[in-house]
Amino acid sequence: MAQVKERFVGQPVLRKEDPELLTGQARYIDNLSLPGMMWMAVVRSPFAHAGIKGIDTSSAKAMPGVLGVFTAADLEGEWGGPLPFVWPITEDIKVPVHWPLTKDRARFQGDGVAVVLAETRGQAEDAVEAVHVDWEPLAAVTDLEEAAKDEVVIHEDLGTNVVVHWSHGGGGDQSVFEMAPVKITERYVAPRLIPNAIEPRGCLADLNPAMGEFTLYSATQIPHIARVTLGGTCGIPESKLRIVAPDVGGGFGSKLNVYAEEALALALARRTKRPVKWIETRSENYLATIHGRGVIHDVEIAATEEGKILGFRVKELADMGAYYQLLTPGIPELGGWVYMGPYDVQAYWYEFTGIVTNATPTDAYRGAGRPEATYVLERAVDALARHLGKDPAEVRRINLVPPFGEAKPSVMGLNVDSGDYPATFERALELAGYDELRTEQAARRQRRDVKQLGIGLSSYIEMCGLAPSNILGALRYAAGGWDACTVQCLPDGKVVLKIGTSPHGQGHVTTWAQIAADTLGVTPDDVEVLHGDTSISPLGMDTYGSRSASVGQAALFHALEKIKEKARTLAAHELEVAEDDLEFEQGAFHVRGAPDKVRSITDLAVSAWHAHSVPAGFEPNLEATAVFDPPNFTWPAGTHVCVVEVDIQTGQAQVRAYIAVDDCGVVINPMIVDGQIHGGVTQGIAEALFEEAVYDAEGNLMTSTMTNYLVPSAVEVPSFQLDRRETPSTTNPMGVKGIGEAGTIAAPPAVVNAVIDAVSHLGVTHIEKPATPERVWSAIQGAKGGAA
Amino acid sequence: MHVGVTVNGERREADVEPRTLLVYFLRETIGLTGTNVGCDTSSCGACTVLVDGESVKSCTMLALQADGRDITTIEGMASDGQLHPLQEAFHRNHGLQCGYCTPGMIMAAASYLKENPRPTEEEVREALEGNLCRCTGYHNIVKSILDAAGRMSGATT
Repeated sequence: MAQVKERFVGQPVLRKEDPELLTGQARYIDNLSLPGMMWMAVVRSPFAHAGIKGIDTSSAKAMPGVLGVFTAADLEGEWGGPLPFVWPITEDIKVPVHWPLTKDRARFQGDGVAVVLAETRGQAEDAVEAVHVDWEPLAAVTDLEEAAKDEVVIHEDLGTNVVVHWSHGGGGDQSVFEMAPVKITERYVAPRLIPNAIEPRGCLADLNPAMGEFTLYSATQIPHIARVTLGGTCGIPESKLRIVAPDVGGGFGSKLNVYAEEALALALARRTKRPVKWIETRSENYLATIHGRGVIHDVEIAATEEGKILGFRVKELADMGAYYQLLTPGIPELGGWVYMGPYDVQAYWYEFTGIVTNATPTDAYRGAGRPEATYVLERAVDALARHLGKDPAEVRRINLVPPFGEAKPSVMGLNVDSGDYPATFERALELAGYDELRTEQAARRQRRDVKQLGIGLSSYIEMCGLAPSNILGALRYAAGGWDACTVQCLPDGKVVLKIGTSPHGQGHVTTWAQIAADTLGVTPDDVEVLHGDTSISPLGMDTYGSRSASVGQAALFHALEKIKEKARTLAAHELEVAEDDLEFEQGAFHVRGAPDKVRSITDLAVSAWHAHSVPAGFEPNLEATAVFDPPNFTWPAGTHVCVVEVDIQTGQAQVRAYIAVDDCGVVINPMIVDGQIHGGVTQGIAEALFEEAVYDAEGNLMTSTMTNYLVPSAVEVPSFQLDRRETPSTTNPMGVKGIGEAGTIAAPPAVVNAVIDAVSHLGVTHIEKPATPERVWSAIQGAKGGAA
Repeated sequence: MHVGVTVNGERREADVEPRTLLVYFLRETIGLTGTNVGCDTSSCGACTVLVDGESVKSCTMLALQADGRDITTIEGMASDGQLHPLQEAFHRNHGLQCGYCTPGMIMAAASYLKENPRPTEEEVREALEGNLCRCTGYHNIVKSILDAAGRMSGATT
């Protein structure tokens, strides 16, 4: 077969994933069913904190279609251990014990206390209503600072709600915080957020009794991690547990977890020898799936009178929720490495205290720690500019680290791979028309327009490509950070990739196929990409932390290198030349100086398969697996500009324009990269203006459905203006850095800075997110009052 | 109780519990799982289908209320192996990522473009107010619908 000459990397190749998703043929978890399947529904605590004096399941058990009702006591023998928590970030961290069902006490609204199995979904949900729990309501605490007082202790065995303290340990000369001529201190309170993947969670557990093998289909981002950890919780050897992530309808971190329902479905499939299915409702999702953010920051910035930042010192309180989920206290720590942002800062300090509350556990939500860091840094830089009476662009400009092409140490102690922060910064300002916007702003101020203009900047750096295994080990994370890929060149000219990452909207099937196509001289359509099934691709660390391209595609790169080397041996044998006499170009070897003497990879796949004439010691078939463990993180960066109009009579802010200039390293597919930015920025705008999970004093989640938790629609966001600058990463051979989280990292401060900027001439210096009309209006009134 | 409807041109009949929502009739009774469920408050629009040509959130309607009516789901949009122009436009413009909201978006857009074949960007955004997407930031969904509108109205004039 002739090799394909077209190049696909860097092109906006349309997605291979789309046809089934566009025609209603997708295999989302709720579309799967198995013969004999039962439905599971969970009885959840209506109280944020309550003792359980007894559970009467008799009426529920008598209801039509009900096959069983199980409490924590009924399932005690099923567990090999509690639900997984894999990141004990300090030696003395206090770890709340977290079982799939709670036995004596519910610790957040939504804590599971029993499960029902029934023939139909409706019967299971009806029976949940008939389970009678004798509750003893207890005082609840959801406020972080109140919880830290330990007036209500949530886990009696721990004796305190203050469960962990972690410090970065500092970098640079800490004396600047005392000696600097300018010192700014700020406090920022960030609410909890609900991730809201449009597909709720769900799972389907199946037991093959003859083999003692379990299959769990789950709407998860992490089939491989789930396999190891659920095996432990359920007492199932990993070798007997297969996890399948079918088509997954978004994650944003909320499916980067291992949940009680997955363990319960497996245990009940084992108990009943029938398949067990559970599908989360949206209201249930708001209680039972992790929340994000929920932090309070005290920030100090030390600077010169000219606005040169000398040091950045941060103390954070972080809401853990009622228990740890998979990574909970690790999330603030992840942010702990990027509080210097893209700035040349001499001194750095970060520490956080984790606090247990009577609320849904928190964990990774798109960006995971890094949006928290970027938000407070970029807010504080604007505060510094206001304090000095300088333009916020000017303060940023004089502090940006100059361009660098090789990895170099940063004040926080890790090496940053490469970057050109001034390039993205200047391009963003140029695209936005920054100077014209300032002129327009001045005119509107002078005219005392009802709608005032605000311009917000956010320059960010991310820490992505999770992660070098040795660093994870040093940070006490239980697993490694490598990923894997197997390449099989089939005799029919097609290629199969078995990948260890697990996409849920990111387009891995397309981008992996682009890379393989370029190397192997085929088209992306010739490449089948298999993922999300631990039996098909047993090696993998899944998808989160903008790691899939920079770790997973690097594994693909190395597997392709192995294929090339193997094929080279065979080509030399067939062409009767030395291997060194061969040149490789886009899927084919030809003899140097004799371009007609050619063997393509697809030809060689045939001869490697039939193996009729191969060199001595040649292992038949063109197949290779590579595992890549990154030597460093990757460090995408960029600058975003948000332009808002704020109605000073109502406090309503409307985003008029949004400009994002990002550097995610080498781009495999610009169309997909742009899509990641669009979605991330929209989530960031939502965080800045609309979204907030609110609990009342009793610990009831007040924003309990999509009707009062404001996920934005198309009306609330604009179209976006994007551009890129490309500084290849030095961490991986592809030069890629990652783009999945840039939007949620960069956008919230850009938007809130813009809102404050719109009303700063009225004396407003601070508005918490979300900058709702009420908050903005109150800030304006407060500033007026202060001036009077 | 007995329900008889036409779904994607085919007559479908079944006995259902009176409380059965149209979306569960489609998904579970007759096995058309292309219509997704994303919430329980009629907020997200993932379950949007056409009833007598107009978009309806199929979680807001009982199967019994659909008795005798003509329903189109995402499975009925392509014909003779040819994707509907909206499906093509979503593909061409990367108007979907995880795909979960996509069937509802396409059905809502199909209904809207019948009312307003040449909408502005702002009008498309208003029309999509009842359909939530968490992946795309709507940018490419809006672009897809404007692209499809251009091609569809071009084809009919």
